[in-house]
Amino acid sequence: MIALLAFYLFATLTIASALAVVFARNPVHSVLWLIVAFFNGAGLMLLVGAEFIAMLLVIVYVGAVAVLFLFVVMMLDIDFAVLRRGFTQNLPFGILIALVLLGEIVVAVMGWQAGPALSGGHIAATPAVPNIVALGQLLYSRYLFPFEIAGLILLVAMIGAIVLTHRRRGDTRTPRASRQLRRRPQDATRLTQPGVGEGVKL
Amino acid sequence: MISLAHYLTVAAILFTIGVLGIFLNRRNVILMLMAIELILLAVNINLVAFSAYLGDLTGQVMAMFVLTVAAAEAAIGLAILVIFFRRRGSIAVDDVNRMRG
Repeated sequence: MIALLAFYLFATLTIASALAVVFARNPVHSVLWLIVAFFNGAGLMLLVGAEFIAMLLVIVYVGAVAVLFLFVVMMLDIDFAVLRRGFTQNLPFGILIALVLLGEIVVAVMGWQAGPALSGGHIAATPAVPNIVALGQLLYSRYLFPFEIAGLILLVAMIGAIVLTHRRRGDTRTPRASRQLRRRPQDATRLTQPGVGEGVKL
Repeated sequence: MISLAHYLTVAAILFTIGVLGIFLNRRNVILMLMAIELILLAVNINLVAFSAYLGDLTGQVMAMFVLTVAAAEAAIGLAILVIFFRRRGSIAVDDVNRMRG
Protein backbone atom coordinates (compact mmCIF):
# COMPACT_ATOMS: atom_id res chain seq x y z
CA MET A 1 0.00 0.00 0.00
CA ILE A 2 2.75 2.40 0.98
CA ALA A 3 4.69 1.27 -2.08
CA LEU A 4 1.70 2.08 -4.28
CA LEU A 5 1.33 5.50 -2.70
CA ALA A 6 5.05 6.14 -3.15
CA PHE A 7 4.81 5.01 -6.76
CA TYR A 8 2.00 7.44 -7.52
CA LEU A 9 3.84 10.25 -5.72
CA PHE A 10 7.06 9.66 -7.66
CA ALA A 11 5.26 9.13 -10.96
CA THR A 12 3.16 12.30 -10.62
CA LEU A 13 6.15 14.38 -9.61
CA THR A 14 8.29 12.97 -12.43
CA ILE A 15 5.70 13.77 -15.06
CA ALA A 16 4.86 17.17 -13.59
CA SER A 17 8.51 18.22 -13.43
CA ALA A 18 9.11 16.90 -16.95
CA LEU A 19 6.27 19.13 -18.15
CA ALA A 20 7.82 22.01 -16.22
CA VAL A 21 11.17 21.36 -17.96
CA VAL A 22 9.53 21.75 -21.33
CA PHE A 23 7.26 24.68 -20.51
CA ALA A 24 9.40 26.75 -18.13
CA ARG A 25 10.19 30.24 -19.41
CA ASN A 26 13.62 30.45 -17.82
CA PRO A 27 16.13 27.74 -18.84
CA VAL A 28 17.69 27.84 -15.37
CA HIS A 29 14.31 26.79 -14.00
CA SER A 30 14.21 24.08 -16.65
CA VAL A 31 17.49 22.65 -15.39
CA LEU A 32 16.26 22.73 -11.80
CA TRP A 33 13.05 20.94 -12.81
CA LEU A 34 15.19 18.39 -14.64
CA ILE A 35 16.95 17.69 -11.34
CA VAL A 36 13.57 17.14 -9.65
CA ALA A 37 12.54 14.80 -12.48
CA PHE A 38 15.71 12.76 -12.09
CA PHE A 39 15.33 12.50 -8.32
CA ASN A 40 11.82 11.17 -8.72
CA GLY A 41 12.89 8.82 -11.49
CA ALA A 42 15.50 7.46 -9.10
CA GLY A 43 12.71 6.99 -6.56
CA LEU A 44 10.72 5.00 -9.12
CA MET A 45 13.72 2.78 -9.73
CA LEU A 46 14.26 2.29 -6.00
CA LEU A 47 10.72 0.94 -5.72
CA VAL A 48 11.51 -2.04 -7.95
CA GLY A 49 14.77 -2.73 -6.17
CA ALA A 50 17.22 -1.29 -8.68
CA GLU A 51 19.24 0.50 -6.03
CA PHE A 52 22.47 0.85 -7.95
CA ILE A 53 20.90 2.41 -11.03
CA ALA A 54 18.89 4.77 -8.83
CA MET A 55 22.01 5.97 -7.02
CA LEU A 56 23.86 6.20 -10.32
CA LEU A 57 21.07 8.38 -11.66
CA VAL A 58 21.36 10.73 -8.71
CA ILE A 59 25.16 10.86 -8.82
CA VAL A 60 25.66 11.08 -12.57
CA TYR A 61 22.68 13.16 -13.59
CA VAL A 62 22.12 15.43 -10.62
CA GLY A 63 25.77 15.59 -9.67
CA ALA A 64 27.35 15.95 -13.08
CA VAL A 65 25.07 16.39 -16.07
CA ALA A 66 22.61 18.83 -14.48
CA VAL A 67 25.46 20.90 -13.06
CA LEU A 68 27.04 20.94 -16.53
CA PHE A 69 23.78 22.21 -18.00
CA LEU A 70 23.52 24.81 -15.26
CA PHE A 71 27.06 26.03 -15.93
CA VAL A 72 26.44 26.36 -19.64
CA VAL A 73 23.09 28.11 -19.19
CA MET A 74 24.55 30.57 -16.71
CA MET A 75 27.86 31.19 -18.47
CA LEU A 76 26.54 31.91 -21.93
CA ASP A 77 24.92 35.29 -22.31
CA ILE A 78 21.86 34.24 -24.25
CA ASP A 79 18.71 36.19 -24.97
CA PHE A 80 16.19 33.49 -24.23
CA ALA A 81 13.17 35.59 -25.16
CA VAL A 82 14.25 35.51 -28.80
CA LEU A 83 14.70 31.76 -28.63
CA ARG A 84 11.14 31.27 -27.45
CA ARG A 85 9.74 32.76 -30.64
CA GLY A 86 7.73 30.16 -32.48
CA PHE A 87 6.83 28.31 -29.29
CA THR A 88 3.08 28.88 -29.59
CA GLN A 89 3.33 28.46 -33.33
CA ASN A 90 4.79 25.00 -32.88
CA LEU A 91 2.40 24.11 -30.06
CA PRO A 92 -0.49 22.52 -32.04
CA PHE A 93 1.79 20.53 -34.31
CA GLY A 94 3.95 19.40 -31.40
CA ILE A 95 0.97 18.28 -29.36
CA LEU A 96 -0.42 16.43 -32.38
CA ILE A 97 2.89 14.60 -32.87
CA ALA A 98 3.08 13.83 -29.15
CA LEU A 99 -0.46 12.42 -29.09
CA VAL A 100 0.20 10.25 -32.14
CA LEU A 101 3.37 8.96 -30.53
CA LEU A 102 1.60 8.25 -27.25
CA GLY A 103 -1.13 6.39 -29.16
CA GLU A 104 1.49 4.28 -30.88
CA ILE A 105 3.18 3.43 -27.59
CA VAL A 106 -0.18 2.51 -26.03
CA VAL A 107 -0.97 0.23 -28.97
CA ALA A 108 2.44 -1.39 -28.64
CA VAL A 109 2.01 -1.92 -24.90
CA MET A 110 -1.49 -3.36 -25.41
CA GLY A 111 -0.06 -5.75 -27.96
CA TRP A 112 2.55 -6.79 -25.46
CA GLN A 113 -0.09 -7.44 -22.81
CA ALA A 114 -1.95 -9.71 -25.20
CA GLY A 115 1.07 -11.99 -25.33
CA PRO A 116 1.17 -15.13 -23.21
CA ALA A 117 4.32 -14.44 -21.25
CA LEU A 118 4.27 -12.56 -17.97
CA SER A 119 0.67 -11.42 -18.03
CA GLY A 120 0.56 -11.30 -14.24
CA GLY A 121 4.10 -10.15 -13.63
CA HIS A 122 5.24 -9.61 -10.08
CA ILE A 123 8.36 -8.17 -8.68
CA ALA A 124 10.91 -10.91 -8.29
CA ALA A 125 11.54 -11.91 -4.70
CA THR A 126 14.62 -10.40 -3.15
CA PRO A 127 17.53 -12.51 -4.35
CA ALA A 128 20.22 -13.87 -2.10
CA VAL A 129 22.84 -11.34 -3.17
CA PRO A 130 22.24 -7.59 -3.02
CA ASN A 131 21.53 -5.66 -6.18
CA ILE A 132 24.96 -4.04 -6.39
CA VAL A 133 26.79 -7.33 -5.87
CA ALA A 134 24.75 -9.07 -8.55
CA LEU A 135 25.28 -6.20 -10.99
CA GLY A 136 29.00 -6.18 -10.30
CA GLN A 137 29.29 -9.91 -10.88
CA LEU A 138 27.45 -9.53 -14.18
CA LEU A 139 29.46 -6.49 -15.27
CA TYR A 140 32.85 -8.01 -14.62
CA SER A 141 32.10 -11.40 -16.16
CA ARG A 142 29.57 -11.49 -18.96
CA TYR A 143 29.52 -7.81 -19.84
CA LEU A 144 33.20 -7.10 -19.33
CA PHE A 145 33.83 -6.09 -22.93
CA PRO A 146 30.84 -3.71 -23.21
CA PHE A 147 31.87 -2.30 -19.84
CA GLU A 148 35.36 -1.52 -21.15
CA ILE A 149 33.83 0.02 -24.27
CA ALA A 150 31.68 2.23 -22.05
CA GLY A 151 34.81 3.44 -20.31
CA LEU A 152 36.40 4.12 -23.68
CA ILE A 153 33.35 6.12 -24.77
CA LEU A 154 33.65 8.26 -21.66
CA LEU A 155 37.36 8.82 -22.34
CA VAL A 156 36.68 9.82 -25.93
CA ALA A 157 33.90 12.17 -24.79
CA MET A 158 36.20 13.76 -22.23
CA ILE A 159 39.05 14.30 -24.69
CA GLY A 160 36.61 15.50 -27.34
CA ALA A 161 35.00 18.04 -25.04
CA ILE A 162 38.42 19.37 -23.99
CA VAL A 163 39.70 19.59 -27.55
CA LEU A 164 36.51 21.31 -28.72
CA THR A 165 36.35 23.98 -26.05
CA HIS A 166 40.04 24.60 -25.39
CA ARG A 167 41.34 27.75 -26.99
CA ARG A 168 44.79 29.21 -27.09
CA ARG A 169 44.77 32.85 -26.09
CA GLY A 170 47.41 35.19 -27.43
CA ASP A 171 47.69 37.44 -24.41
CA THR A 172 48.80 34.91 -21.82
CA ARG A 173 52.41 34.03 -21.00
CA THR A 174 52.65 30.27 -20.88
CA PRO A 175 55.94 28.52 -20.06
CA ARG A 176 57.71 26.92 -22.99
CA ALA A 177 58.54 23.41 -21.90
CA SER A 178 61.23 22.77 -24.50
CA ARG A 179 63.17 25.85 -23.47
CA GLN A 180 62.87 24.98 -19.82
CA LEU A 181 64.06 21.44 -20.39
CA ARG A 182 66.98 22.59 -22.53
CA ARG A 183 68.42 24.69 -19.71
CA ARG A 184 71.34 23.05 -17.93
CA PRO A 185 72.53 23.82 -14.40
CA GLN A 186 76.08 24.63 -15.55
CA ASP A 187 74.76 27.29 -17.97
CA ALA A 188 72.32 28.78 -15.54
CA THR A 189 74.32 29.09 -12.32
CA ARG A 190 77.86 30.09 -11.54
CA LEU A 191 79.69 29.48 -8.31
CA THR A 192 81.97 32.28 -7.13
CA GLN A 193 83.89 32.94 -4.01
CA PRO A 194 84.40 36.71 -3.76
CA GLY A 195 86.85 38.17 -1.32
CA VAL A 196 85.69 40.42 1.50
CA GLY A 197 84.42 43.76 0.18
CA GLU A 198 84.84 42.89 -3.49
CA GLY A 199 81.37 41.85 -4.41
CA VAL A 200 80.28 39.83 -7.40
CA LYS A 201 80.47 40.98 -11.01
CA LEU A 202 77.32 40.01 -12.83
CA MET B 1 0.40 -3.95 -6.14
CA ILE B 2 2.47 -2.01 -8.65
CA SER B 3 2.37 -3.74 -11.99
CA LEU B 4 4.65 -3.47 -14.95
CA ALA B 5 1.92 -1.56 -16.79
CA HIS B 6 2.25 1.26 -14.24
CA TYR B 7 5.91 1.69 -15.08
CA LEU B 8 5.34 1.41 -18.81
CA THR B 9 2.67 4.13 -18.59
CA VAL B 10 4.96 6.51 -16.73
CA ALA B 11 7.79 5.87 -19.18
CA ALA B 12 5.50 6.34 -22.18
CA ILE B 13 4.22 9.68 -20.86
CA LEU B 14 7.76 10.80 -20.06
CA PHE B 15 8.96 9.81 -23.53
CA THR B 16 6.10 11.74 -25.12
CA ILE B 17 6.87 14.82 -23.05
CA GLY B 18 10.48 14.61 -24.19
CA VAL B 19 9.50 14.46 -27.85
CA LEU B 20 7.06 17.32 -27.29
CA GLY B 21 9.89 19.33 -25.77
CA ILE B 22 12.03 18.82 -28.86
CA PHE B 23 9.19 19.93 -31.10
CA LEU B 24 8.23 22.96 -29.04
CA ASN B 25 11.69 24.40 -28.41
CA ARG B 26 12.96 24.13 -31.92
CA ARG B 27 15.27 27.11 -31.56
CA ASN B 28 16.77 26.50 -28.14
CA VAL B 29 19.47 23.80 -28.27
CA ILE B 30 19.89 23.64 -24.50
CA LEU B 31 16.23 22.76 -24.01
CA MET B 32 16.45 20.22 -26.81
CA LEU B 33 19.35 18.53 -25.02
CA MET B 34 17.31 18.50 -21.81
CA ALA B 35 14.39 16.94 -23.67
CA ILE B 36 16.74 14.24 -24.95
CA GLU B 37 17.79 13.60 -21.35
CA LEU B 38 14.11 13.18 -20.44
CA ILE B 39 13.66 10.67 -23.27
CA LEU B 40 16.67 8.71 -22.05
CA LEU B 41 15.26 8.76 -18.52
CA ALA B 42 12.06 7.20 -19.88
CA VAL B 43 14.11 4.53 -21.64
CA ASN B 44 15.99 3.84 -18.43
CA ILE B 45 12.77 3.50 -16.45
CA ASN B 46 11.50 1.00 -19.03
CA LEU B 47 14.72 -1.00 -18.93
CA VAL B 48 14.81 -1.12 -15.14
CA ALA B 49 11.12 -2.01 -14.87
CA PHE B 50 11.44 -4.87 -17.36
CA SER B 51 14.59 -6.04 -15.63
CA ALA B 52 12.83 -6.11 -12.27
CA TYR B 53 9.69 -7.82 -13.50
CA LEU B 54 11.51 -10.42 -15.59
CA GLY B 55 13.95 -11.11 -12.76
CA ASP B 56 16.86 -10.58 -15.15
CA LEU B 57 19.60 -8.11 -14.34
CA THR B 58 20.59 -7.54 -17.97
CA GLY B 59 18.16 -4.64 -18.23
CA GLN B 60 19.90 -2.81 -15.42
CA VAL B 61 23.29 -3.36 -17.05
CA MET B 62 21.89 -1.90 -20.28
CA ALA B 63 20.42 1.02 -18.31
CA MET B 64 23.92 1.70 -17.04
CA PHE B 65 25.28 1.76 -20.58
CA VAL B 66 22.49 4.10 -21.66
CA LEU B 67 23.45 6.36 -18.75
CA THR B 68 27.09 6.33 -19.85
CA VAL B 69 26.29 7.24 -23.42
CA ALA B 70 23.83 9.91 -22.27
CA ALA B 71 26.48 11.55 -20.11
CA ALA B 72 28.98 11.50 -22.97
CA GLU B 73 26.39 12.92 -25.34
CA ALA B 74 25.51 15.74 -22.96
CA ALA B 75 29.18 16.65 -22.51
CA ILE B 76 29.93 16.69 -26.25
CA GLY B 77 26.66 18.48 -27.06
CA LEU B 78 27.32 21.23 -24.56
CA ALA B 79 30.92 21.59 -25.78
CA ILE B 80 29.68 22.04 -29.34
CA LEU B 81 27.11 24.52 -28.02
CA VAL B 82 29.81 26.54 -26.27
CA ILE B 83 32.02 26.83 -29.37
CA PHE B 84 28.98 27.60 -31.51
CA PHE B 85 28.02 30.40 -29.15
CA ARG B 86 31.58 31.71 -29.15
CA ARG B 87 31.53 31.93 -32.94
CA ARG B 88 28.02 33.24 -33.55
CA GLY B 89 26.93 34.90 -30.30
CA SER B 90 23.64 33.01 -30.39
CA ILE B 91 22.43 29.46 -29.99
CA ALA B 92 19.38 29.60 -32.25
CA VAL B 93 19.27 26.35 -34.18
CA ASP B 94 17.66 28.00 -37.20
CA ASP B 95 20.94 29.76 -37.91
CA VAL B 96 22.88 26.53 -38.15
CA ASN B 97 23.25 26.42 -41.90
CA ARG B 98 26.82 27.61 -42.13
CA MET B 99 28.13 24.22 -43.20
CA ARG B 100 25.84 24.06 -46.19
CA GLY B 101 27.72 23.69 -49.45
